[in-house]
Amino acid sequence: MPVEQPLQRQEILDAEGAPIVVFDKVSLAFDDKVILREVSFTLIKGHTKVILGASGAGKSTILKLILGLLKADDGVVWVNGERVDQMNELELMRVRGDLGMVFQEGALFDSLTVRENVGYKLWEELRWPIERVDKRVEEILGFIALSEHIDKMPSELSGGQRRRVAIARAMAAKPRVLLYDEPTTGLDPITSTTVDEEIVKLRDLEGVSSIVVTHQLRDAFFIATHEAVRNDGKVDIITADEEKSEQAEFIMLRDGRICFEGPAGELKRSSDPYLKTFLS
Amino acid sequence: MLNAISEWAKAAVLEVQEYVRLCAAAFRGATSRPFYYRDMVEQFEQIGVGSLTVVLLTGLFTGAVLALQSGITLDQFGARPFVGRLVSASMIKELGPVLTALMLTGRVGSGIAAELGSMMVAEQINALRALGTDPIRKLVVPRILAGTIMCPILTVVADFVGILGGWVIATFQLRVESSVYWTSVLEGLYPQDPWMGLIKPFFLGFAIVSIGCHVGLRTRGGTQGVGRATTNAVVAASVAVLAVDFFITRLLFTLMY
Repeated sequence: MPVEQPLQRQEILDAEGAPIVVFDKVSLAFDDKVILREVSFTLIKGHTKVILGASGAGKSTILKLILGLLKADDGVVWVNGERVDQMNELELMRVRGDLGMVFQEGALFDSLTVRENVGYKLWEELRWPIERVDKRVEEILGFIALSEHIDKMPSELSGGQRRRVAIARAMAAKPRVLLYDEPTTGLDPITSTTVDEEIVKLRDLEGVSSIVVTHQLRDAFFIATHEAVRNDGKVDIITADEEKSEQAEFIMLRDGRICFEGPAGELKRSSDPYLKTFLS
Repeated sequence: MLNAISEWAKAAVLEVQEYVRLCAAAFRGATSRPFYYRDMVEQFEQIGVGSLTVVLLTGLFTGAVLALQSGITLDQFGARPFVGRLVSASMIKELGPVLTALMLTGRVGSGIAAELGSMMVAEQINALRALGTDPIRKLVVPRILAGTIMCPILTVVADFVGILGGWVIATFQLRVESSVYWTSVLEGLYPQDPWMGLIKPFFLGFAIVSIGCHVGLRTRGGTQGVGRATTNAVVAASVAVLAVDFFITRLLFTLMY
């Protein structure tokens, strides 16, 4: 009888339902202020986690812990099968290669054009030839409908456009996980919907797993309850069926702990007074 | 009261610790791959070529006023022809390095602190890290290398135009023969003096830029924080220039003279 070989890390990650990001009893405090207390959750490949909570609840901290920009005091953080909470900066650079992050205000580099911002990682870190970088940048900007702004400086763009360029920059190197920190805060409802649609398109058409930190409930529910489908070469955003909707899970943080974890329907039906206040 | 002193001491020790860590990380970044050559060329241009005008003007007027002032004093001893000695010795050993460094502090140290500080508060430094770039290698190493190498070059320029400024005053106002002035310029120097004038700016350039980077990367608190960081960088680097100048001079006197 042949001996069964143990699965390699890559094979596990490539499999359907693989855990891409795992938080296991993670705690963090700044001096006397406790930010996270034994927070645990798992992000499944191709799924979405929407992290909700009041300001200062530790939502953005979770994203920084995933990227290794902060270190947990206690607990374990796994990203793409690697334990990031014990890594040094050099090792983290490798893990970050498969992660993309959209910062709160976009955090675009002021001195670079849209083309240079989006292609930054490709030419500066991955050392792609310039023709290949240009091709990829044009492809992404076409995907998010910003092609005509390719040679503009970030200061010439509107808030919504800057946020979409930030999404383009984060996805340029085709990461498996995208982290969004308040991607629609400060935007008008129409622009917010455009940004939400980009998030849905990336998840459903590019197979990117996402973690969205927000306190904009409208956007959170839009992302959870819609899906992108290709229709005769055109992309349509339609209402998701129940099975698809359940792939987007909500996490509610309160006083550094997870007080709710579940799909949109369950969150809406919850009778918890805090959740009700938050949702009202 | 005791509590406040203890908090202040802790904060001061933390600053020193973080500064030393930054310098160690910059050293590692300067001696191992990856290197960001384009940023290095950019910084050499910005710090070196960009500071040329201010250094030329400072050197020229300092040399001129030195000749003017010392000419009057030397007249009391009938020693006007020796004005070149005084100008060259003062410019090359002390005023050239220190004034160039102070000008760089105002122009470069403040600029670096403001630029890196703004990047900190706009989360661009975190964005760099998220994109797989080490900010120390990309932002700090090119600036430190450019500052450390360009400061001595700018000092030589300041020395030269300073002596030239002294010549203008000595020749046209003090009526000292041109040949007498230039002979006096050379006679006023010990063989070790040009070395002292060249060695010191390496340390001063390093201090200015590394302090600018350290203060910039520790900026917190929005636009107000950026303003505070800029002021702190200029104050700390100016004091550091004078203190480093004293200690290096003391050391070089012991080793070279």
